[in-house]
Amino acid sequence: MAPAAPRTGDAVFASVERVNAELFTLTYGAIVRQLLTDLEEVDEVNKQLDQMGYNIGVRLIDEFLAKSNISRCVDFKETAEVIAKVGFKIFLGVTATVTNWDAEGTSCSLVLEENPLVDFVELPDTCQGLYYCNILSGVIRGALEMVSMKTEVTWVRDILHGDDACELRVKLVKQIPEEYPYKDDD
Amino acid sequence: MIGVGGKIKQYTNVLDKPLSKGRQEVSLSAFAFLFSELVQYNQTQVDNITELERRLEDAGYAVGTRVLELLCHREKGNRRETRLLGILSFVHSTVWKVLFGKVADSLEKGTEHEDEYMISEKELLVNRFISVPKDMGAFNCGAFVAGIVRGVLENAGFPAVVTAHFVPMEGQQRPRTTILIKFADEVLRREAMLG
Repeated sequence: MAPAAPRTGDAVFASVERVNAELFTLTYGAIVRQLLTDLEEVDEVNKQLDQMGYNIGVRLIDEFLAKSNISRCVDFKETAEVIAKVGFKIFLGVTATVTNWDAEGTSCSLVLEENPLVDFVELPDTCQGLYYCNILSGVIRGALEMVSMKTEVTWVRDILHGDDACELRVKLVKQIPEEYPYKDDD
Repeated sequence: MIGVGGKIKQYTNVLDKPLSKGRQEVSLSAFAFLFSELVQYNQTQVDNITELERRLEDAGYAVGTRVLELLCHREKGNRRETRLLGILSFVHSTVWKVLFGKVADSLEKGTEHEDEYMISEKELLVNRFISVPKDMGAFNCGAFVAGIVRGVLENAGFPAVVTAHFVPMEGQQRPRTTILIKFADEVLRREAMLG
């Protein structure tokens, strides 16, 4: 029998190779600054960060499934818990809390009290429309799309905009029916 | 000040926060994914390899500037090195240890030129998951690390030209990466004056 799926990502995070979070944070900062210089418009930067996140999410899900030993989630509620407790832990070393479920159980909030991306960051007045961590929403969207879930991810609260935590709203738009690339033999 | 949506905007000043000890970690793959996006994005912005390396170096430079400031506060009691060998060993030991978790493999002085120094690494972190396609020739993602080194040196008052090179190793499948540091004339003149 396969071992049970972990309820937290602690053990996996402890076993993977790690790097200093500051190198990660400062590198991310360098990316954001480059985008601001190249694209000039804050909205365009938001879009590009989301796109980069999506590209990462699409690739990251493979590693996640391979290392976490997690198989199919029974419902979206379980999916959200897995992202918050296992996903964030394995890659960023932090965990999120899942709250504010709607009645249908199709949208919820992921609240990050700690977020390594925002260390050393202060948004200048000219960047107030910037979702600095927009890469994260792209990652979640991309990763979930690979497991047949189409989602919309939006920012509700942001430490850099003066809030006390980072809050991401994740809404399940639809489950994509699985299409097999092959036809059944007649 | 009133911000968007009637929220009271509080300016959280980063300088008011206590300086973290820097022990936090993220997974290596998180960094590798991010770095790969940095390279891929910059690839879309350029049409030649020199330009791509220059852009990666720029990104690294921005990191180096900040690393110098951070480490001078945290590790060195607000002092920074003023001598050539001092700053080189700061880069080779302190900076490397904090960023890459280990001291760099070697620090050598160039044999042919007085103003050249080399930091070598058998397997540079940023090159670990990168294989350079044949048509991209001598392209080296180490340019990012070269930028970090240049950012640290220049902001400490040691302007230099810093480049990354692959050096094939006998009996090893992968080449090592050498970061070549060529200091500006003024640095050597000052160093000679200080004796």
